[in-house]
Amino acid sequence: MTDIDPRPTVIAERLKHVKRIIAVTGWKGGIGKSVTASTLALLLAKRGFKTGLFDLDFAGASDHLVLGAKGLFPKEEKGLEPPVCQGVKFMSVVFFSENKAVPLRGANVSDAIIELLAITQWGELDFLVLDMPPGINDAALDVMRFARGAEVLAVTAPSLLAHDVLARSLKLYKKLKVPVLGVVENMSAGSRAKGADAVIRRDPGLERALGRPAALLKTAFARDLARAAAKLGLLK
Amino acid sequence: MHEWALAESVIKAAVEHSAAEKLKKLKEAGVVFGELQAIDGEIFKFALEELRAQFPVAKLCKFKIIKQPAVFRCKACAHEFPLKGLKKTKDEAEFIHFVPEMAHTFLKCPKCKSPDFEIAKGRGVSISYIKGEK
Repeated sequence: MTDIDPRPTVIAERLKHVKRIIAVTGWKGGIGKSVTASTLALLLAKRGFKTGLFDLDFAGASDHLVLGAKGLFPKEEKGLEPPVCQGVKFMSVVFFSENKAVPLRGANVSDAIIELLAITQWGELDFLVLDMPPGINDAALDVMRFARGAEVLAVTAPSLLAHDVLARSLKLYKKLKVPVLGVVENMSAGSRAKGADAVIRRDPGLERALGRPAALLKTAFARDLARAAAKLGLLK
Repeated sequence: MHEWALAESVIKAAVEHSAAEKLKKLKEAGVVFGELQAIDGEIFKFALEELRAQFPVAKLCKFKIIKQPAVFRCKACAHEFPLKGLKKTKDEAEFIHFVPEMAHTFLKCPKCKSPDFEIAKGRGVSISYIKGEK
């Protein structure tokens, strides 16, 4: 017999007590996927939901910068228990990379994600927000395969290119039978956007609030995201 | 103690295999420990002992540990090299222990210094064989 990789057999067990998994995706770079995922996790936690955030964008991990997470490390206890940052259980590859580059090929990213999914003990959560690997590669497909029932929150930007790529991604999710919670247009110039369920207006003050969760939650960006989340049934 | 989570995956995978192969009892399984991940064998075996009781089919199963040396192959210069001799700090070794792919962050090809290498053998935990009774 060929070698068996045992890790996938426990992933469902690790996610057993997670009520909803929200996979924040965006197939173009620089559209605010990580800020959206991190702020959404903060908003959910603030409303009293037990929330987790898993930064799966290994090459460009940046959720820790948005959260201002410093000096944290998972606790080793029958696996790894994610540290809590601003009420959010947080897991990221940066805990293991000393903030150095993680030069991984696709298959390696996949392997590392499977490892972390297998050993991370999330415990009971109302929401686990996944900051997905960009695009649709083997790592992203693996996450969709293992995080069964994950609902996609697709982030796009007001650009012909982003909209075209978004349309392709939505077709693929349909084909893969992955439920799509909705499409949010980020950096929007107005309050309406074609093809989007909700919009987040461009907020010039956002950059200054990154790394300061209390300030971040007071931004126009966070208010728009809260409205979008309410519209999509995540926040009431 | 993160070995516990991996030991649980080994037991579950062996039990799933026994169901797929219609085995009534698991007798022996070969568990490969890749050198790179530096699994603590004692903790792992203790976890297996603890977990085994939860799965009747695996109650009497023996787990044979097979240590596999790590072999890396450089994608840039095709040089093949072992783990021995590669420099890493205690912290870096621990990060690799949790996520073996961190080797690409902290280790490099001794010949051309590239971090773009393949972990050809000895990455982490796997099951090489399972024996049981039908």
